[in-house]
Amino acid sequence: MRILTYREAIIEALKEEMERDPSIFIMGEDIGEHWQGSVKEFEGLWPKFGAERIRETPISETAFLGCAIGAAMTGMRPIANVMFASFLGVPMDEIFSQVTKMRYMFGGKTKMPVTIMCLSGGGMNAAAQHSVCLEGMLMSVPGLKMVSPSTPYDAKGLLKSAIRDDNPVIFFQNLFLTISGFKGEVPENDYTIPLGEAVIRNEGDDVTVVAIGNMVHTALSAAGKLKQENISLEVVDPRCMAPLDEKTIIESVKKTGKIVILDEEPKIGSAASEIAAIIAEQAIEYLDAPVKRVCAPNTPIPFSPPLEKYWLPDENKLIEAIHSII
Amino acid sequence: MKLNKEQLLDMFSKMVLIRQFETRVKKSFADGDIPGFIHLSAGQEAIAVGCITNLREDDYIVSHHRGHGHLIAKGGNINFMMAELYGKKTGYCKGKGGSMHLADMDINMLGAHGIVGSTVTISTGAGLSAKLRKSGQVTLCFLGDGASNTGRFHEGINLAAIWDLPIVIIIENNFYAEATSIFYSTRLKKLSDRAIAYGIPGETIDSNDVLEIYEKVGKAIDRARKGKGPSLIEIQTYRHFGHEEGDTETYKKKSEIEAWLKKEPIELLKRRLIKDGILTEKEAERINQKMKNEVEEAVKFAKESPYPEPEETLEDVYA
Repeated sequence: MRILTYREAIIEALKEEMERDPSIFIMGEDIGEHWQGSVKEFEGLWPKFGAERIRETPISETAFLGCAIGAAMTGMRPIANVMFASFLGVPMDEIFSQVTKMRYMFGGKTKMPVTIMCLSGGGMNAAAQHSVCLEGMLMSVPGLKMVSPSTPYDAKGLLKSAIRDDNPVIFFQNLFLTISGFKGEVPENDYTIPLGEAVIRNEGDDVTVVAIGNMVHTALSAAGKLKQENISLEVVDPRCMAPLDEKTIIESVKKTGKIVILDEEPKIGSAASEIAAIIAEQAIEYLDAPVKRVCAPNTPIPFSPPLEKYWLPDENKLIEAIHSII
Repeated sequence: MKLNKEQLLDMFSKMVLIRQFETRVKKSFADGDIPGFIHLSAGQEAIAVGCITNLREDDYIVSHHRGHGHLIAKGGNINFMMAELYGKKTGYCKGKGGSMHLADMDINMLGAHGIVGSTVTISTGAGLSAKLRKSGQVTLCFLGDGASNTGRFHEGINLAAIWDLPIVIIIENNFYAEATSIFYSTRLKKLSDRAIAYGIPGETIDSNDVLEIYEKVGKAIDRARKGKGPSLIEIQTYRHFGHEEGDTETYKKKSEIEAWLKKEPIELLKRRLIKDGILTEKEAERINQKMKNEVEEAVKFAKESPYPEPEETLEDVYA
């Protein structure tokens, strides 16, 4: 099969969807002629679709996310690019009070096909205002869907589904996987991946590791190492934090009896915390060890390389947590 | 732009209907029949009717939390409105929105929005959509004086300006954001002066005269429809009641209230129509009674309608 980078797979999804449906357009800062995305994440789209559909905005996330709402209500399928997930704080009102509530407030009489794209996560020494993951915080917002793809294949298939969905979907494009040129197999044919279906990346019997976004690769690497100790990890990649495929996670826990959740967010209020609560509520009788969360400490992400390395959850911290319950 | 007799009487009737609706809602709220918060627009009818009479049927409006009048002027169904205010299943939003979130997508009324200033950015989206679809539709955006101090007001108009979007932004300046006077919250004498910052036309209409509003807003709508971009229009007006029902209005001066009641928009239009031989006192009273009866019918519809089933709480989150 063809090999594409994570970034290329995303660009290909956008290109194919925009060719398919003229009501799709992208709004954001510096996505056009000169930069084509702050890390070239929209490369090639502006030359193909032009300034009408690859629509550069002033630095005004509040305005263009609000604009996406009005456009979505009147027949378009806008994609709003907020550049970095950290910047979602700027148009947060549009996210939690507007785009996610209007359909409900209006008795189901409007659809809100808005896709919000942003670069998410650490590992690039981008410091506290350009590195966050926000899945945990946003899981508490009813009406929102969220995807956190960890491979080029998933990135393409999930982005297509996000764009075709009639609800607001945040597409967390992993910053590290984008910049590092992470590669993987992507078929030539048109395909989508349903939102809300987890995938088991590695089958195992001893411990379930639920890992989110880039952390999936950390978990897979740990699985390889622990194999030598005869510990077999089942690595579950939820892919979507909303809707969350609780069933696959619970089924895996029923099989292994142990769970570690690996999440690149400060622990309090993280996606890992929500998954831990789900297990406690629905599968505690299958557990033969405490639920473990391997998360970042409750500080903003630091800049300096040794500090960021200390901050980010990694393979050693994961292996340590697994050893503590095995 | 010249209005015929039928159109003038229709404008008068709509203004009376809004007033009767608001007056009756005030009573129902006081009687404990309507739950939640109610923000009435009585006194501001000239803006809703004067602006919206200019629109084509497929044009959009985006309204704020004081939006009953806008929906009535756009042709909304007062039975569904009243039922929604009562929290009934037959209401516009199946009892999930209430007074602050009335919407009717069938007549392109894109909802009443409770986040102050959000109507500006939402309107830019409707405007951009119309522009991309080359539909020729114009969007009328309503907001209050308080909204003109929010960040999204500035960002939204700037976006509309640089993209020449077909929208007209109407600041309904009733001089109070909740209880805070606009004279405290800005140094500007005219809120339309803000248009200078975005390089678009700005105009202040300092009267409750529906015909003046109709004419001046009509020019801005024509301009937008011709692809020449957005305009900002401040219309000064006065809400007869408090910010919300139950507001004791200690911030209003008696002299101020009396002065504005002399510029009462329905009386202004009535006197003018009588003077021009289009309306008589008797006919005006007949229209008043007719609208009153229609509103009573709406109350009856609302009262007799069922509440939604509790389980309906779980519906309509996702499409």
